[in-house]
Amino acid sequence: MTREETPNALRAREIAAAHAGMDGPLLPVLHAVQHALGHIPRETLAPMAEELDLSLAEIHGVISFYPDFRTEPGGRRMLKLCRAEACQAMGAEALGDELRARLGVDWHGTTADGAVTLEPVYCLGLCACGPAALVDETPVARATPERLERLAREVTG
Amino acid sequence: MSLTLYLPKDSAALALGADEVAAALTREASARGVALRLIRTGSRGMVWLEPLLEIERDGVRHGFGPLEVSDVTNLFENRFRHHPKALGPVEAIPFLARQTRLTFARCGVIDPLDLDAYRAHGGLRGLERARDMAPAEIVAEVTASGLRGRGGAGFPTGIKWKTVLEAEGPQKHIVCNADEGDSGTFADRMLMEGDPFCLIEGMAIAGLAVGASRGHVYCRSEYPHAIRTFGAALDVSRGAGLLGRGFDIELRVGAGSYVCGEETALLNSMEGKRGTVRAKPPLPAHKGFMGRPTVVNNVISLASVPVILAEGAEVYKSFGLGRSLGTVPLQIAGNVKHGGLFEAAFGMTIRELIEDVCGGTASGRPVKAVQIGGPLGAYFPVSLFDTPLGYEECDAAGGLIGHAGIVVFDDSADMGRMARFAMEFCAVESCGTCTPCRIGAVRGMETIDRILAGDPAAPAILADLCETMRDGSLCALGGFTPYPVESALRHFPEDFMARQEAAE
Repeated sequence: MTREETPNALRAREIAAAHAGMDGPLLPVLHAVQHALGHIPRETLAPMAEELDLSLAEIHGVISFYPDFRTEPGGRRMLKLCRAEACQAMGAEALGDELRARLGVDWHGTTADGAVTLEPVYCLGLCACGPAALVDETPVARATPERLERLAREVTG
Repeated sequence: MSLTLYLPKDSAALALGADEVAAALTREASARGVALRLIRTGSRGMVWLEPLLEIERDGVRHGFGPLEVSDVTNLFENRFRHHPKALGPVEAIPFLARQTRLTFARCGVIDPLDLDAYRAHGGLRGLERARDMAPAEIVAEVTASGLRGRGGAGFPTGIKWKTVLEAEGPQKHIVCNADEGDSGTFADRMLMEGDPFCLIEGMAIAGLAVGASRGHVYCRSEYPHAIRTFGAALDVSRGAGLLGRGFDIELRVGAGSYVCGEETALLNSMEGKRGTVRAKPPLPAHKGFMGRPTVVNNVISLASVPVILAEGAEVYKSFGLGRSLGTVPLQIAGNVKHGGLFEAAFGMTIRELIEDVCGGTASGRPVKAVQIGGPLGAYFPVSLFDTPLGYEECDAAGGLIGHAGIVVFDDSADMGRMARFAMEFCAVESCGTCTPCRIGAVRGMETIDRILAGDPAAPAILADLCETMRDGSLCALGGFTPYPVESALRHFPEDFMARQEAAE
């Protein structure tokens, strides 16, 4: 390989190479790339494809299938709000409406200041203390719009 | 003075403030010069009492909860005796006292990463017995126990294992389905966070039974704490020689797709592909992960195996009713006063569980319906609450027990909207492989909108569409979405009246 690669592409190549011996390495690789870079930039696809002996189309197909993978940067915090039945029974629908209004975004959107990305999820396994949410990795029970907005906007260390 | 306290670090307890309480306990102990040993456990499953603090006195655990940071000073003042939040002996709390805890015997009791505590509380006895048995004997024991798949399909676990044992192949796999996506279910999560060695032991026994040297746990990404705890438990197990010699387990993480809970979609996902459903046959038992013979079992199915081997099939099958043998971890969620995990023999009625054990709704309003078995499960009206909770019994009442999650709705629930949501969920999560699911879910939403707008032709179209989805879909996502839709329509027709009329 003689062509100059971007740092992101190099990082993705390293990650893919480190996983190449696994049975079915693509999901672990995509998780690791997203963890390292915050998202999966377009320029990382070709080096991953080379290292894993896959086509670009296969990798694109997998990235686009799974809700967790993002090809654009998200907000500094990820707010996942449960929209599933158990949380709906505790008012998740109204909570989702108010939260979207407060943050000024729709589902999957990132606030204008880049602070928060709001994603709908279907169950966090916190079904006996809903409505539930996950702010990055912090679980929240009996969530209110005020509390969620405060947690999501807390400045990250 | 030294003091030992137990406080959960289960996600639900964390979501309700357990870490803040832990920090306050540590601060208060330090200020008083008390040497505090704070053991973080899993959850007992009494979610309304979380964070639930426990202290052992004369061999009996006494509880305090639900605790807030402001309760902590007073607890120390009163030397952990009298306190407004005192609950007395934890195992005498009726919600716990009425249970039969076989699979969840240790959950909430021990530090989930303390292998010595696991062994001291009965762990590893099943595996030790299995090591002295021939593979076919282990399979026969599991078959005799009557254990059926706890993920929802209810297929006899022993028969599945027998198929893999008899399959030809140099490499076989044990795949644990921890993609617990059904709303209202959290038993897999609680077990992985509260007693991960139990799942590891169950998988190791499965490996011995079918001749598999490799195990894989596919856990959903929505469970970061389960992933962390289970990953740490794998490290502890390798360090102690429990894994690594002849059998090892790797942890894989999903990526937010519900349909990957379907076993063939899960296998595709593990292989690094889109999580699309495969046609069966071939069965995963013959051609599963990487085309090799594979056992795919739910977390609770595998975690029930150690107690079956330790106590014997006869003990396990002495619980339950009909063809639903053993215990089932019922998960009661949604609008419920005393929600959580309740492990009991199959056969308790919905009414006894919801009204007696769980005390009705959290809102205090009348119960309108429960949805059993996740987003693909039927809505049961109160008139069907005498249905016993078992595989065939729920089926006979027009539903399914699934992974045994039960979501309670009060009388403010709008069943027309819930039916529409079922179709919307199917549309969002469809893998796209088969037409009845991919197209049907979208047409289903539109048709329910037409019903709600008063179109007299729409109900017949919906009935036809549901039949097509049920009979023509490749997997349970499209095939079972008619359950919530049609049960809502059948039992609550008034919620499908034209919205304008209802307003008048």
